[in-house]
Amino acid sequence: MTTDDHEHDLPPQALRAEALESLLIERGLLTADAVDEVIATYNERVGPMNGARVVARAWLDPAFRERLLADGTAAIAEFGFEGGQTEKLVVVENTPEVHNVVVCTLCSCYPWAVLGLPPRWYKDPAYRSRVVREPRRVLEEFGVRLPASTRIRVWDSSAEVRYMVLPQRPVGTEGLGEAELAARVTRDSMIGTALL
Amino acid sequence: MSGAHDEAFAPGDAAAPPMQNGEVVFEAPWQGRVFGMARAMAAAGVFEWDEFRARLIDELATWTPEQPFAYYDHFLHALERVLSERGLVSETALAARLDALARRPPGHDHAHGHDQADRR
Repeated sequence: MTTDDHEHDLPPQALRAEALESLLIERGLLTADAVDEVIATYNERVGPMNGARVVARAWLDPAFRERLLADGTAAIAEFGFEGGQTEKLVVVENTPEVHNVVVCTLCSCYPWAVLGLPPRWYKDPAYRSRVVREPRRVLEEFGVRLPASTRIRVWDSSAEVRYMVLPQRPVGTEGLGEAELAARVTRDSMIGTALL
Repeated sequence: MSGAHDEAFAPGDAAAPPMQNGEVVFEAPWQGRVFGMARAMAAAGVFEWDEFRARLIDELATWTPEQPFAYYDHFLHALERVLSERGLVSETALAARLDALARRPPGHDHAHGHDQADRR
């Protein structure tokens, strides 16, 4: 990455985006505030922390866990989280027998309401194609080594259905409260590309 | 963003991929702007999100392994296509505006900052 003279060295896409935005604003199709609002929402307010809170509660409250696995969309509504779109949220639970991992092979469908914006690698064609063909190997590249006896299930997201992984609760976290547990939950663990 | 994800890999873990956690969401500010534009216009009903998504899938399918993958380049093209198809912003109008912006004197104040970060 060059650092010299960025002022005059913006990528052409930046200029294109600026031109498009200025036209849309002039034509009353958009306001700069609306764009700022979206960025702030996905960058800050909706982040992986929403999902982490959901996971922590599921670990602590068996009845909530049942509701979450039965109907993810309804269960996250208890937190006031709603789908960024109209899609359904399905939560899949990791166990010693089954490890779940989420992908969108077509584009980058992602449970925005609970995980914020997708990480860059989630959109990468290599991840999107390889995790389906050789999930165990891809997970190893993420540093996730699973026993041979653990089955891996890959969930392909779509416009209609988004998946989130409920990771296994780490050992040694007995006695921790919801907020402390939530702080342990990483974004990647809810995609299935990390263990806790 | 909390640093909690960084614990996913132990420091110096040889298995840690180049695609690490803790990366910034957008690699450059313009990427945030185009994402924000698409979401805001879909929310306002300027077009349907599914319509945009279908264009995005088409655009992503044009990628071949010989070229670097630039997700937001495809995203921007998809957005331009939807707007052009709907008669909202023609290619001609966009080209004219681009030309006008490119002829600005150097040293003007760019609106979008330059804090590009590439953690890869």
